[in-house]
Parts: sequence; C-alpha cells; structure tokens
Amino acid sequence: MSTLVAVVLFIAITAYCVFGGADFGAGFWDLIAGGADRGDRPREVIDRSIGPVWEANHVWLIFVFVVLWTAFSEAYASIWLTMFVPLTLAALGVVIRGSSFAFRKTVTVLRERREFGAGFGVSSLLVPFFLGCVAGGVASGRVPAGGVSGDPVDSWINPTSILGGVLAVAVVAYLAACYLVHDAQRMGDDEMAAYFHRRAVGSGVAAGIIAFVGIFVLRADAEYLFDGLTSRALPLVILSAIAGTASLVFMLRRPGTSRPLAIVAVASVVLAWGVAQWPYLLPETLEVADAAAPSGTLTALVLATIGAVVLVVPSFILLYTLDQRGLLPAEGVD
Amino acid sequence: MTLTLAAHIILVPLGVAWAAIALVANYRGIKHDDADALKLAQRWSKYMAVTFAVGAVTGTVLSFEFGLLWPQFMGQWGEVFGVAFGFEGLFFFTEAIFIAIYIYGWRRLKPWAHFWTGVPIVFTGILGSIAVVSANAWMNSPQGFTLDSSGAVVDVDPMSVIFNDAMPLMAAHMVLAAYVAAGYLVASVYAVGILRGRNDRYHRLGFIIPFTIASIAIPLQMGVGDSLARWVYNNQPIKFAAIELVPETSSDVPETILGRLNSEGEVVGGIPIPGLASWLSDPSTGTSTVVQGLDTVPPDERPTNREVNIVHLAWDVMIGIGTALFLLSAWYAIYWLFKRDLPRTKWFYRIAAVAGVGSIIAIEAGWVVSEVGRQPWIVYEIMTVEEAATTNQGVPITFFLIGILYTAMAITTIWILRNMARRFREEDHEPEVPYGPREEAPVREEVTSA
Repeated sequence: MSTLVAVVLFIAITAYCVFGGADFGAGFWDLIAGGADRGDRPREVIDRSIGPVWEANHVWLIFVFVVLWTAFSEAYASIWLTMFVPLTLAALGVVIRGSSFAFRKTVTVLRERREFGAGFGVSSLLVPFFLGCVAGGVASGRVPAGGVSGDPVDSWINPTSILGGVLAVAVVAYLAACYLVHDAQRMGDDEMAAYFHRRAVGSGVAAGIIAFVGIFVLRADAEYLFDGLTSRALPLVILSAIAGTASLVFMLRRPGTSRPLAIVAVASVVLAWGVAQWPYLLPETLEVADAAAPSGTLTALVLATIGAVVLVVPSFILLYTLDQRGLLPAEGVD
Repeated sequence: MTLTLAAHIILVPLGVAWAAIALVANYRGIKHDDADALKLAQRWSKYMAVTFAVGAVTGTVLSFEFGLLWPQFMGQWGEVFGVAFGFEGLFFFTEAIFIAIYIYGWRRLKPWAHFWTGVPIVFTGILGSIAVVSANAWMNSPQGFTLDSSGAVVDVDPMSVIFNDAMPLMAAHMVLAAYVAAGYLVASVYAVGILRGRNDRYHRLGFIIPFTIASIAIPLQMGVGDSLARWVYNNQPIKFAAIELVPETSSDVPETILGRLNSEGEVVGGIPIPGLASWLSDPSTGTSTVVQGLDTVPPDERPTNREVNIVHLAWDVMIGIGTALFLLSAWYAIYWLFKRDLPRTKWFYRIAAVAGVGSIIAIEAGWVVSEVGRQPWIVYEIMTVEEAATTNQGVPITFFLIGILYTAMAITTIWILRNMARRFREEDHEPEVPYGPREEAPVREEVTSA
C-alpha cells in the first residue's frame, strides 16, 4: 500500500511538472520577450495559452503536499524544517506570480502592465528554481529522517540542488516553448510559432547540456542517486534523452507529435528520480515503507486519488478540450 | 498562519458563494431574456476571476505554511487529519477547472451549456469548504485514532476523523457564513451605487439578487449558530465558559454583554442579562442550568484571562453583527411582503452598504472565538499550541515577509477591483457623480484590507 501511495506521489509531482511547469516556463518567456512593442505578440500568445488553465494546473502542487503530509508526515516535517528558506521563497513566488498574472489582465496602462508583468515573469523563474533546489536537496540525501531539521543552508545550496534548480528552469522553459509553438499554430500565427520554435530548440539544447553536466555533478555529490540513475532508472533516462531529441527534430516537420514527446521527456526524468532513489523516500535515511502512515489513512488517500481520477480527470480533459478548440477565448464578453 | 488564514477566510465566501449568486443572475438572464441580469452575471464572473486567483494563491500558500510554521504538528497529526485536505484538494481542483470554463466560456459556449458549466462550481465550493472545516473541527473534537505508549499514531479511522462530532454543525455554520457574507458584500457595492444616485434597474437588480440570498441564509445561520453554541456547551465547556465569561461554575448565569475579566479573574463592567446564558445553554432546564466555570481546570489548561476577554469580545461582535444583519433583512423582507418594492429610505442603503464589511468582521470574530477559545490546545485536550509550533529561527522573518506581502496584495486587489468597476462604468457612459460621499466608496475594497 505504501508503494502505491509513493507512486501516486510521484505521478502527482510529474503532473505538476508537466502542467504547472509549463506555466512557469511561459512566465519565463514572458519575462524575456522584450519591450512593449517587441514583446506584445508573444505575450498575447502566452496570455491566451495559459489564461484558462493555470489555476487548475497549480492544484497539482497542493495535491503533492497533501499526499506528503498525510501519507508521510514524518518526512514532511523533516523536509519543511530543513528546507525552510527555499520553501518560503517559493511560497512568496507563488503568491506574486499568480496575483500578478491575474492583475495584469485587468489593467490597461502600459506602466502598470509592465510592473505586473515583471512580477509574473521574475517569480515564474524563482519558483521552479527553488522547488528544484528542494528536490535536489532531498534527492542527494540532505534531509534527515525523524522530523528533525537538517543543515538549513547546505541542504539547498549544494551542487545537486543548484543543478536541480537550474535544470528545473531550463526544462519548464523548454516545455512551455513546445506548448506555445502548438498554441501559436492553433491561433494561426505562423510567425509566433517560428518564434517559439527557435526558443524551444534553444532551451531544449540547454536542458540537454545541463542534464549531461549534471551526470558528473551527481557522481561527485549524490552517489546513491547516481547509482540509481545508471542502473534501475537507466531505461527512463535513455527514454528521456530520446524523446527530448525527437521532439526537437519533429517540431518543424510534425508539430503535432513534438508536444507529447516533450511531455514524455520531462515526465521520464521526474519518474527516473523517483525510481533512482527507491526504496528511500529520504535517500539513505528513511525508506518509503517505514515512513508511511497507518493503513487506514493510506486507504483513504487511495480512495481520494480514485475520486480524483473519476471526478477531476474528466473535468480536466473537458477544460483542455474546450480550450484547445478555442471555445474559451477570453474572460467575459466585452 | 493566522494572518494568512485571516486573509484567506475573506476570500473564501466569495469563492464559495459568489458563483451561486452569479448563476442566479445568469439563469434569470437566459430564462427571462433579461439583459441587465446577464450583464451582471458576466461582470461578476470577471471580478470572480480576480478574487478566485487571489484565493487560490493564498490557499496554496496556506499549504506551504502548514509545513513552514507547524512542522511538528503536521509531523504527528498529518497522517490523521491530513486526508481531509485530500478531499478538499479534489473538490478545489474541480472547482478551479469549472470556474475557468465558466469565466472563459461566455463568448463561445451556448447559453444553457455555459450556465451548466457554472453549476459544479457551487457544489464543489460547498463540498470543499466542508472538507476543510472537517479538519478544523477535528482539532476541536479529535477522534478516530489510537496512540501507542510512546504517543505515536498507530491506527487511523478516516471516516471517524472526517465525520467527527464537531464537523456537521461547524461545516454548516461556515457554508452559511459564506453565503451570508458574499451576499451582503456584493449587495453592498450596489447599495453604494444606489446611494450615489445610480438608481437604475441594473443597480437595483445587482442589489436584490445577492441581498435576497443573504437574507435567506441569515436566519438559518442563527439557528445553526445556536445549535453549535450548545454543542460547545456540552463538549468544550471551558471554551463555552470563555465565551460567556463564567469564572466559576454556577447556575443562573447571566449573559454579560461586553465586560471583561480583570487580573483577579472577576467579571467587571458590561451589561448582565440575568439568567440568559443558563437559559440559552439548555432551555429545558431554564435558568437553573449549570454552566461550568473556568476555575474547573488548572490555569495551564485553559485560556489566559486576556484570551478569555478576546474570545468574549469576539463573541459579542459576532452575535451583535449577526443580529443587526438579521434585523436589516427582516426590514427588507417585511417591506417586500407588504409593498412589493425595495425600501426607499436612504438609511436602508446606508446600513446595507456597511453590511458587507460587517459580515466579514463577523466571520473573523467567529474564527477568533473558535481558535482563541480552544487555547492553549491546538488539538483539543491532546496537544498544546506551544508543543506544535516550529523550532525554526526564521519564523518571525517569514511572518514579517508574509505580512508585507499580504498588505501589498490587499491594497493591489482593492485597487484592481476599483479599476475594473470604473472601467465598467465608463463602458456604460456613466459619469462619476462628482460630489458622491467619498468615504463610503465601494465597500468590497475596505473589506479586502480588513
């Protein structure tokens, strides 16, 4: 049962990276889209692309937290005590990001749009970075078991964490660019499709290089994770590399296929992380089976998950279908 | 934490109940081909987009804060009551999805199809708040688990945790509070408009729909509140003693309006109504009902005198405002019954204009009664707040940062909503009334910063 819940946890993390991550990536492209004239059209594509879906996407994060604190309370306490600083910064980023994005749409004065836009863009950069740092700290075994605090600084300022943070930013940028190519094409804007295509290739290559360098970082800094990635998680790593490369190759010729490939590339990296640190929840100190809550709680959590599959997934599909068909163009009528 | 909750709880009524209010207008708009009603529903949904976004981020931050501020608490009890948040997440997820479809679907979906995409928001909003309140109710009525000799949780019965004894009444109280507050809040904006001379059909309709919903909810709320108080009397006698300002166990306890405990723990000041607290606690035994006093438990197991005073004052505020709102709605109902019209006097709209802020203050006061009244416990009679709090050095800094952030966000939200209102008015080619009473400006703003 605890294995099942751990799988649910990692699937939720994956979903957050794939859906929520793309929103952060869109914020990154929004940030560097340039001045008011040059950046106007890309920003419009971004607005229309993530407008209807971003709030729902971020519920995945809440879901991740809920699973963690319900099923693995002890590990949750350890992570939060240790990662106090990056998690606080990520929380601030979440607030600024969401509210700036919502506010920006309602203002018309250029200066105000610019200020909210900057808030949206900068925080879109910070949140994945800090969450990546947290993931790096956990994966490299820097969070102790027992609901006690680890080193408050070294736990998230270390080679693996920095790798995690930078990789997270590059990956979400790549993912978002892939989605935006598709959305721009759907809006019939070939120029913007080409614009985001260039960026998808750039960020995809960057993510690839970072991941490659990362192998050496992990070998030096996170031995257990490195061993896992090069043994039982190796198929996933290879799958990610192939899917990532293929998505870039296919993007020009068959844009329809590149998006699922990008999702596969990102999802397999996250799942590889989970497989690589198995059977540990907190590498080398706390195993999943020991960390789990009593069976009654786990059963209820699995039921909640089934409820989510039954209730949320169809709604989610409905939202994305309506959105992709262009039936959700803008807020209100006027 | 308290701060975020206080900010979040303002946005909750809007998230839970505003959709229902907008749907009533939407229904009317389609069914009776009422252009004004449609325009209202559509503009409300645009405001909703902003308040829901802010509500969503404060909610997300709350889930961060559980860990940042209460790691030990979550470490020990997360596995017991955390699952309630799992169900909340489920409902919130669905709500977020349908709210997005509803807000963005105005232009391209067919009218009735669009209307029906709004209906799930109403149900998921209600179910979501029930799930969250069940977690808080569990803190008041901890059950459904066993501890081993070292104090670790060994067995959990989630059904008994979620459907704990305190849950039904507390959940009903919160959901109704959301409808009361959202109704008065939205109506108060149009009351201000009417006071400023914009007494057209659009504004009157914008007033009537939410005000009627709030007026239906408020008497129900008083009934539920009464039952809940009796539940507290039976199950949390010390909280009840704090509420009613009862230092020593006795019968024939007066209902003291205002007043406080001095440093010796005696009641000073206030207006006592003889025997009323006893009578309300159990009308069947009347004024001879015995009310347990604060002195029945040692000082370290009950709220301090200062906390008692806060609880009692908050209680008076909540009851006072609730009664005032009820009277206002009774005025409205009676006038409608006999004259088939809205009251004409300006005083009605002046009071209605502050009713929105009032109902939010009442919610905050109710929250204070529930939380401060449970002191020093975080899990009633099992774990104290002190045992649960974080040992991190950084808490004051986080708290400070979050405080600044929330203030900034409150101000910006106010400003944004005002901005939108102004633009909507410009669209209607409606000049600002030059000498309008400035300080009574749209009430929603004052509220968000409260």
